[in-house]
Amino acid sequence: MSMNPNMSQETILKVEDLKTYFPMRTGIFKAVDGVSFELKRGKTLCVVGESGSGKSVTARSILQIVDRPGRIEGGSILLTRADGSVSDLARLDARGKDIRSVRGKEIAMIFQEPMSSLSPVHRIGTQIGEALRIHFGIRGNEQRERVLALLRQVEIPRPETAIDRYTFEFSGGMRQRVMIAMALACNPQVLIADEPTTALDVTTQAEILDLIKKLQQSHGMAVLFITHDMGVVAEIADEVLVMYRGKVMERGPVEQIFHAPQDDYTRRLIGSVVKLEKKAEVRLTRAAISAEAAPLLDVKNLSLTFPSGLKAVDDVSLIVRPGETLGIVGESGSGKTTMGRCLLRVYDPQAGAIDFRRPDGHTVDIRTADKAELKDIRREVRMIFQDPVGSLSPRKNVGQIIAEPLKLAGVKGRELEDRVCELMQQVGLEPAWRERYPHAFSGGQRQRIGIARAIAVKPRLIVADEATSALDVSLRSQMLDLMMKLQDELGLSYVFISHDMSVIRYMCDRVAVMYRGRIVEAGDTDQVVNHPQHDYTRALLSAIPHPDPRERRIHKRFRYDPARTVSANG
Amino acid sequence: MLRYILKRLVFAIPTLFAVSIIAFIIIQLPPGDYLTTLMADWASQGGAVEAGTVAAMRERYGLDQPIYYQYYKWIWGILTAGDFGISFELGKPVTELIWNRLGFSLLLSLLTLCFVWAIAIPIGILSAVRQYSISDYTATFLAFFFLAVPDFLMALSAMYVMSAWFGQSVGGLFSPDYVDAGWSFGKLVDFARHVWLPVVVIGLGSLAALVRIMRANLLDELSKPYVTTARAKGMSELELLIRYPVRLALNPLISTLGWILPAVISGEIIVSVVMSLPTTGPLLLRALLAQDMYLAGSLILLISVLTIIGTLISDILLALTDPRIRFQ
Amino acid sequence: MTDITSLPPETGPSFNLSGKDIAVAGQWRLFWLKFKKHRIALASLVVIVFMYLVAGFADFIAPVDPNATNARFTYAPPQGLSLLLDGSFRPHVNQLKMTLNTESMRREFVADPTKPISVGFFVKAPQPYRLLGLIPMQTKLFGLTNPQVGDSLYIFGADRLGRDIFSRVVHGAQISLSIGLVGVFMSLILGVTIGGISGFFGGWVDLAIQRFIELLRSIPTIPLWMGLAAAIPVGWPPLRTYFVITLIVSLIGWTSLAREVRGKFLSLRSEDFVIAARLDGMSEIGIIFNHLVPSFMSHIIATLTLAIPSMILAETALSFLGIGLQPPIISWGVLLQEAQNIRAVAQAPWLLFTPAAAIVISVLSLNFLGDGLRDAADPYESVS
Repeated sequence: MSMNPNMSQETILKVEDLKTYFPMRTGIFKAVDGVSFELKRGKTLCVVGESGSGKSVTARSILQIVDRPGRIEGGSILLTRADGSVSDLARLDARGKDIRSVRGKEIAMIFQEPMSSLSPVHRIGTQIGEALRIHFGIRGNEQRERVLALLRQVEIPRPETAIDRYTFEFSGGMRQRVMIAMALACNPQVLIADEPTTALDVTTQAEILDLIKKLQQSHGMAVLFITHDMGVVAEIADEVLVMYRGKVMERGPVEQIFHAPQDDYTRRLIGSVVKLEKKAEVRLTRAAISAEAAPLLDVKNLSLTFPSGLKAVDDVSLIVRPGETLGIVGESGSGKTTMGRCLLRVYDPQAGAIDFRRPDGHTVDIRTADKAELKDIRREVRMIFQDPVGSLSPRKNVGQIIAEPLKLAGVKGRELEDRVCELMQQVGLEPAWRERYPHAFSGGQRQRIGIARAIAVKPRLIVADEATSALDVSLRSQMLDLMMKLQDELGLSYVFISHDMSVIRYMCDRVAVMYRGRIVEAGDTDQVVNHPQHDYTRALLSAIPHPDPRERRIHKRFRYDPARTVSANG
Repeated sequence: MLRYILKRLVFAIPTLFAVSIIAFIIIQLPPGDYLTTLMADWASQGGAVEAGTVAAMRERYGLDQPIYYQYYKWIWGILTAGDFGISFELGKPVTELIWNRLGFSLLLSLLTLCFVWAIAIPIGILSAVRQYSISDYTATFLAFFFLAVPDFLMALSAMYVMSAWFGQSVGGLFSPDYVDAGWSFGKLVDFARHVWLPVVVIGLGSLAALVRIMRANLLDELSKPYVTTARAKGMSELELLIRYPVRLALNPLISTLGWILPAVISGEIIVSVVMSLPTTGPLLLRALLAQDMYLAGSLILLISVLTIIGTLISDILLALTDPRIRFQ
Repeated sequence: MTDITSLPPETGPSFNLSGKDIAVAGQWRLFWLKFKKHRIALASLVVIVFMYLVAGFADFIAPVDPNATNARFTYAPPQGLSLLLDGSFRPHVNQLKMTLNTESMRREFVADPTKPISVGFFVKAPQPYRLLGLIPMQTKLFGLTNPQVGDSLYIFGADRLGRDIFSRVVHGAQISLSIGLVGVFMSLILGVTIGGISGFFGGWVDLAIQRFIELLRSIPTIPLWMGLAAAIPVGWPPLRTYFVITLIVSLIGWTSLAREVRGKFLSLRSEDFVIAARLDGMSEIGIIFNHLVPSFMSHIIATLTLAIPSMILAETALSFLGIGLQPPIISWGVLLQEAQNIRAVAQAPWLLFTPAAAIVISVLSLNFLGDGLRDAADPYESVS
């Protein structure tokens, strides 16, 4: 242990040339390859990168809790304690006493999935109190009092009863608060947050970000925040570390990263984020869609109640005009996916009408269509799924997957073959790959296969359910551009379901906002985004992190209280 | 919690009913009713059968009535008066014959369960924590081996080894001196001396299965994120292991009681036959071979009922240890 | 579309596209690749194939008629087969000399090395037979080249009636191993049908079937089997007994299969790719055979393989107790009836250990094989 003279007063943690490798059968995988950074008291460092960039392994290396077979191969992690002593965490035994006295006490950590990161069979009070027992030997009533105080700090309602509850009795946001309370138990100097808001809705995310900020200020902690969301970075970071494939691409103040990026990769990353902050370019030149045109799809008072009694879709009415993209936006549990599936009768709605205009001009109610009619309609109305893995059968090769709807429509032989190749080219895949199975493709490529299947039978309307949310941000705009290109080529209309407002703004002509099974607001996208009418829409929009550090705004957001505005609802 | 237990109890009723029907079917399966067999027996022994006796017995068991009435008569007798009928081969009421043996069966099964759990859990934990080590491979191979040896073979081999190598004759639960003696400390020691071998023999198969399950459960749990959370709190590896993954891996293990118990009871029956233990096994086999169907049916019914009660207890235990089930 | 190449490559599943073979490998190829890694399972597969071949060609492999008695050689011990005699290749056994132990009043056998009996391969059979019941044959795999009175070939010893244990075990394999297969086939039909109905219709049908399965599983198997098997009339022809025993044994086996099928049905029914197929206009039957069946086929094969050993064990146990198959049928369980008496075992341990070894080896190999198949059943988990 020695004092490092180069360390500034404020620096608590100094990581230098950190290398964490995973020995694999096929060779060494360098998950973290020479990463350096500093954490300063009261400051937030955001580590940003796409999936597989090694940002999470970096965070875990600090506490030496990398999953096997990963191990630290080199570099140093210097922790400066309040009393001035310094130790190199990289040299400590991962199972030893020394590193354990750091974990939870000096450096605490919160994780992405609060549900699986907490034990389901222990009361939350026990789990929070454990850190107090381990590090300070606090037990019994004193422990309980301290835990109650922590629960109050993280603003969990009714702490006296909450303390004896189990994780599954809480909502996602509350679970993450429990995690934070646990991390704060021993007043750590450093808080490592590994994608703590990724699994949460935007409004909940804003609450959690607020809470972390507040606690950081009151405790004077340094925060290492891992995220893939540039919006979150812009909202909270003081400094930013951009990672790509285990290496640091760029490191600097948040202002520099967003407004004067030095590195190519950073520039492209920021570029693809900023691109999604406005309307797509291709849409600017398109002719406006006449409001008088007869609607392609006219949904009236659609309702679906599940056997459990949940009103998933509650009196929904909307129209889609030919050539138009209608966005459906809402948070998890808003019923948007169920509603989308009702449009194709994956579920059978109990009430309402789904009038679809056939090419010959007459309309058919999809809700009551008979089997033969439904079969025809399902060729004209197609679906793109969210999950690029689950929506392709792993047992069929790509050629077979794309050919399936064609075969069922009666296309055979040479023509079938040609059509499959043509479709693959259309979505940007090599026709030579048609012998390959889905496991040989990446997420983005799989989604292209899904799109090819959807457009195979020349549809007129496509329901796209969260088609881009499983993809990294740099791929998102590509996928959206592809969909809009196909829209122009094939004269498609889209019902585009997403939780992500930026994607909606980029892609959609009109948007409907769903909340608890109902549509609370609908209108032109520009209108809804810039001048929201409904309080829920305002709350949703104002909670979205804005990828510009000069314009931080989620802390000034509008909060929606459904109890107060229930009369205005609907 | 109380509601959960009540719900389980209510659920058990149709199961008990169904089991009684199965037992009754087994009683009815052999061709002809037992009176025909009985009369044939008596006739072959040269004894004359009084028409009145037969008629009285037919009346008593409702043999001239439709089948559902016979079932009703049988089950009603059991439920209201504990009357399981008469063993015709031994000429005694079934109740006189079974309770003692049922008691030993239950005792043997419980001892086996304790043995199986006490051994399987530590081996399973060791095997999972030291995955792919020599001890893991050894445990795995032995587990597979013991799963492949049927219990009666195990019993025979054990008896052969004991007699050929150690010159001991194995059989029964007591030495001849103690069989009819009242319970005393000496008898208890003698019992312990005899009982360990059947317990091991019956238990090895289930033990092997349980080790595999415990290992698999624990391996699942070890990779869960809450383990990392607890580690990040600064908990020592041993405390962490016991407090979190082992604790969670035990839950599915408790639910295996539902099929370990039937397996142990099955094993107990067949091993008892081989080792001639004073439990239900030999009695059941003898009754079946002699087509003494009331005795056999009663035994099957009672064994099944015991199993169902055991399963019920395991359900309740599971609910006690796992809040997720309690709150459903 | 031109900007695709200029952007960073996607880092989804860490899949190596250069592995061209993997890219175009279908389900069964991946299944095999994964299964092959499980060495013990692979070895077990070889053992199993070998054992079923032995069962199939039992008449050719067994040197003598398994029912041929010989009072002279009651409880004759195994005769060691030596391949070399006086340094040259002359397979032989030593003649057994019988003495009477006056103390225990038992007959004892001593091998006499001065009297080698020549053993040959592909010798003439004592009686002509039909291989697999079809092909008339006159040759046995091995046997005495020149049998004389007083010569014997008991490589695994003889039983109470002087019958050759080796021949009996080889013939017993026919019944014992086939009962596993036939029973599994019955389980397959019952399990797939009932499980399929349960998973496909759902609702109260599903609930009723599930309760029924739970009920069956909560009854201890041995007493249930004993009760049912004991009801088989003694006078029935052996073949009918065989089928009824198989049916009884598969009475429990189908439940695990039904659960597996139902579970897969339920989870697959809501998979996106199945919904996609439905939206493509595929009929329900088409979906079942194009998507569902291929998806759980490998799981069913694994479950079936794991069900065979429990059936073998069940038959063995019932026959051992004397309420399953009866002599003159030869099965491993029937052979073990001879070993019920511990005094007989003490005198002739081969009565117990030869059939026991056959049972243990076959069950062990089937379990290992099933374990390997189950691990490989979902090859898509570890492709990356």
